[in-house]
Amino acid sequence: MHLAAWPVFLPLIAGFIVLFAKAKGLLWQRTINLLAVSGLVVLSIALIKESSSGVLQVYLLGNWAAPFGIVLVLDQLSALMVGITSVLALASLVYAIATDTDKNGAHFHVLFLILLFGLNGAFLTGDLFNLFVFFEVLLLASYGLLLHGGGRLRTKAGLHYVIINMVGATLFLFAVGALYGILGTLNIADMAAKVAVLPEQDLGLVAAAGLLLLVVFGIKAALFPLYLWMPIAYSNTAAPVAALFAIMTKVGLYAIIRVHGTVFGDTAGTLANFYMPWLLGLGMLTLILAALGVMAAGRLREQVAYLVLASVASLLIAVGLNNPLALSASFYYIIHSTFIAGGLFLLADIISRGRGSYDDRLESGYAMPDAILIGSMFVFGAIAITGIPPLSGFFGKVLILSASLEHQWSGLVFAVILVASFLMVITMARTGSLLFYDVLPGNGTDTNSNGNDISSELPNRVATIVVISLFALSPLLVLFAQPITAFTESVAKQQFDSKHYIESVLSKQPVEAGKE
Amino acid sequence: MEWLLALVIGVLTATGVYLTLRARTFPVVLGLTLLAYGVNVFLFAMGRLTIGRPAIINPATEMYSDPLPQALVLTAIVIAFGMTAFLIVLALKARSELGNDHVDGLDLAKDERPLEKTNFTEEQKQHSKSIQQESKE
Repeated sequence: MHLAAWPVFLPLIAGFIVLFAKAKGLLWQRTINLLAVSGLVVLSIALIKESSSGVLQVYLLGNWAAPFGIVLVLDQLSALMVGITSVLALASLVYAIATDTDKNGAHFHVLFLILLFGLNGAFLTGDLFNLFVFFEVLLLASYGLLLHGGGRLRTKAGLHYVIINMVGATLFLFAVGALYGILGTLNIADMAAKVAVLPEQDLGLVAAAGLLLLVVFGIKAALFPLYLWMPIAYSNTAAPVAALFAIMTKVGLYAIIRVHGTVFGDTAGTLANFYMPWLLGLGMLTLILAALGVMAAGRLREQVAYLVLASVASLLIAVGLNNPLALSASFYYIIHSTFIAGGLFLLADIISRGRGSYDDRLESGYAMPDAILIGSMFVFGAIAITGIPPLSGFFGKVLILSASLEHQWSGLVFAVILVASFLMVITMARTGSLLFYDVLPGNGTDTNSNGNDISSELPNRVATIVVISLFALSPLLVLFAQPITAFTESVAKQQFDSKHYIESVLSKQPVEAGKE
Repeated sequence: MEWLLALVIGVLTATGVYLTLRARTFPVVLGLTLLAYGVNVFLFAMGRLTIGRPAIINPATEMYSDPLPQALVLTAIVIAFGMTAFLIVLALKARSELGNDHVDGLDLAKDERPLEKTNFTEEQKQHSKSIQQESKE
């Protein structure tokens, strides 16, 4: 069995089936989509188990040996990312079905599955141009999902998102073209092998192409100064889509770890790790600006979007520290921040439904129904994402900070992360008291002074359970911190061992005819 | 021939960058298209410039041109084509929903005011009317 190929093809096949199931009605589409995504969750558990042996699973598409054909490579990092994606996808799909979000447009389920196809493809491919193609697949699906449901602000945000990503695609092609022109290959492992023995006159050009690639991935990961599209796009889209998009910024981060970490890793000779100071510096700038954005946000969804930005910035700092401990800490933080951020987007939607016409604007409204439950969930989520003990956000930040101790910039890293966390803690406390304590008298069933109708909605029970189960992963991450950090450490160790990656990919032989 | 090709790539890219930075959606669409053309020629050039050499195996010839950039360009053309088509539809949708064809759409402060999500304010109606008149003139 070629386990490595399944996470890519399962959503694609299911997507086609769902497209044709449209004639049968929404119930069929929902059932097939749920089955496919649950299948992906099971599959990703199998993948994580399979990859934990430390042996790389290489699948040669079309049976062409690397570097001539396209390869799919399954290592622990890609298995981990596929796993996070499928669990998050399951949660946001259940939420979308529970709140009938998928009824607001025509092809929600098809686009959802195609987005998963693009995401899993991007996580598994071992070829730079194939990565570009999967990026475009996931972007095209995300354009459709972002605009799902319509609305003027959504259209405007979508326009910005599409334009900046088209510019990103062009830059990606320039970088890929330049690298191919010098190195003569597109296979990531082969590129790494070629960069190691690069003649001196080509160094500058390859470095320039590498940094151009960093810009492209920086757009996806919302790195300063390319993050401005992100809070607008995320805060104006439908809640389940925004929750799923919590993984989209991590795709950019993954691409940096995979492509730059392998091609310009320790094996790269003169160019080894030349991009790291950029990543660290820009990551810190992004974190400060994200914390200010959290403070300045006028709406809860925008605030959550800036919190996502802050978590990505912390991750960029951890990757930029460039040591196995920090990388392991960043994998722990990826697991934590993706689920909590996704849960917060969904919670913001529940809150804005509960507040009726006050929506998610940060101003006093009437008390929402079930305020005690929703408020407790908000406190829980806020504690987790800002990194106060005892939840996983705190633990993740401690891991990152302790990994930074030996870095020459450690003082600055400490200052930036702690100040940013402090600002976010204050702001979330203010938001919580504004939403849940500082309420107007009355129960909101009548009309307010402007004569506007206030139609608050009771929280949907299934939707609430989805958010609670996403948040419940946070204490689990703390309780099982020992096995999880042991796992992330082995992921980081494998990722740092780019020699092993190069050898495994390039030595894979095509199967001979008649043999499986 | 090299300088001509370099010039073509440079001019296409520079024009594309300039148009992409314009404020209205139509020049932006054109700019992105030109950028895509520029990068396609660039990709093509990365297989090195050769004349009269086949890309497909042929026993009669000894020298080949690099077939990979040609395949890459083909993929890039298809993707850019699809994306541009999507962007044009989105730009038209934005034009009809936002009432103007600015990339930045309506003034955000006006949009953020409560309970005006579906109704245009008088000011905005005036604004979009004046833009329509401008375009007629």
